[in-house]
Amino acid sequence: MNNGTLPRVRIQDAHKRFGHVVALAGVTMEVQPGQVILIIGPSGSGKSTLLRSVNRLETLTSGDIWVDEDHVTTPRADIRRIREEVGMVFQNFNLFPHLSAVQNITLAPQSVKKLPSSQTLPRARELLARVGLADKENAYPDQLSGGQQQRVAIARALAMDPKVMLFDEPTSALDPEMIKEVLDVMLALAQEGMTMLVVSHEMGFARAAADAVVFMDEGQIIETGTPDQLFSNPREERTQKFLKHIL
Amino acid sequence: MAEISAKKKDQKNGAITVSDGALIPDRTEKGAFSAWRISFFGAIGLLILLPLLKPDPYLNVMAFIPDGILRTFEVTVASILIALIIGLITGLGRISRITIINRIATIYVEVIRGIPLLVQLFYIYFALGSVIQVPRLVAAVAAMSICYGAYMGEIFRAGIQSIPKGQMEAALALGLTRRQAIRRVILPQTFRVILPPVGNEFIALLKDSSLVSILAVSDLLRRGREFASTSFQYFESYTVVALVYLVLTLFFSKLVSIMEDRLEQRGNE
Repeated sequence: MNNGTLPRVRIQDAHKRFGHVVALAGVTMEVQPGQVILIIGPSGSGKSTLLRSVNRLETLTSGDIWVDEDHVTTPRADIRRIREEVGMVFQNFNLFPHLSAVQNITLAPQSVKKLPSSQTLPRARELLARVGLADKENAYPDQLSGGQQQRVAIARALAMDPKVMLFDEPTSALDPEMIKEVLDVMLALAQEGMTMLVVSHEMGFARAAADAVVFMDEGQIIETGTPDQLFSNPREERTQKFLKHIL
Repeated sequence: MAEISAKKKDQKNGAITVSDGALIPDRTEKGAFSAWRISFFGAIGLLILLPLLKPDPYLNVMAFIPDGILRTFEVTVASILIALIIGLITGLGRISRITIINRIATIYVEVIRGIPLLVQLFYIYFALGSVIQVPRLVAAVAAMSICYGAYMGEIFRAGIQSIPKGQMEAALALGLTRRQAIRRVILPQTFRVILPPVGNEFIALLKDSSLVSILAVSDLLRRGREFASTSFQYFESYTVVALVYLVLTLFFSKLVSIMEDRLEQRGNE
């Protein structure tokens, strides 16, 4: 297979309905290796549903998603193995409160990859240092600020060496003074070449790191462009209206 | 006042409701003369005072019943441990996605909760007895465990369901299987949440264990009865029995309430 041209994530005509509510109404997009793509849109536009479909926390009603050559949406997919390679960061961090920062990070490598702690511990410490929390390895989540928790959550996802990272509104639950510390970590990650799919309205981050910004509304992609083009010269009226609201 | 704070607490702890089996010291009541202190130290005082004032029956009763207390503890501890295991399995069954397992667990809970414990005791003793000869103590512990296992199953189910959905999602997203996620992420948190209600079940079971005396297991109540029927001093015998039960349950309910406070503090940090 020619990995050179294969997109890291490919979404083909994704539809998702919750009862009578249409969350996704035919979304098609590709994320190339190393790309950082920001998804924006009003609440209820389906952006989180789209993200959560990539590692099948939501199951599509119809349509297909691939991560590299792995077909995520077929019932035969070994979804657990695919999830190992797709890191996810949640709005509410979802750190495990009964485990310390370092244990949060080593849990998956130890229980999923069966790596010995002689390997996972140094790696966890290295990751904590990378997100600027080397001194917090024994702290429990409730002893950390929101920004610190989210950085631990990023380190936890990175510990599985994912080939793509999904960020579901990673700074929405944070106080303003903590947003930057999380965005800085994400920015560094982007610069190292991580493939990232980010649901967020952080325009500063988009301008600094994103290759493309996707505007979604009512379960569809309305417009895609570079950050500069989409923020400064949106083509579609709906995009213009939305941007006026959040600026 | 107390009602409102209790309601708030229930909401915070999610779906866990505490059975009415236990005497929980009211934490809004402070000071040296709280209801708990008056009852607890009053009972201990009487247990010291009565033998001193009237050693003839009281000291004799108190010399007669200690092995009954021991037996009561044996039944209670053995039953609660087995009930915990049954409860864990039942609770997991109640949240299982496999219909048949789910249905069996639910039927077990419904059936057991609908039959009085005393009837279950007789039933299990004589039903088991018609197949194999089991010691009374074994039958008693089996019946108590099966009965409390159902209640414990509901506590486990409520405890598991009180853990935020994001915990399971985060574990799955990391590549854990559902089974691993339950074992490594959900259950450790569940144990913390259910500690107080399990403590309350322990107290309720301690009291209900007096029912096993009906199978001639020599527990605290039975020993009191034995003493009474030879000495004909019914009032004195049962006074001591009641006081000992009271001291025990009050002691353990205090322990549970301290445990609850600790957990709450950790939660609020």
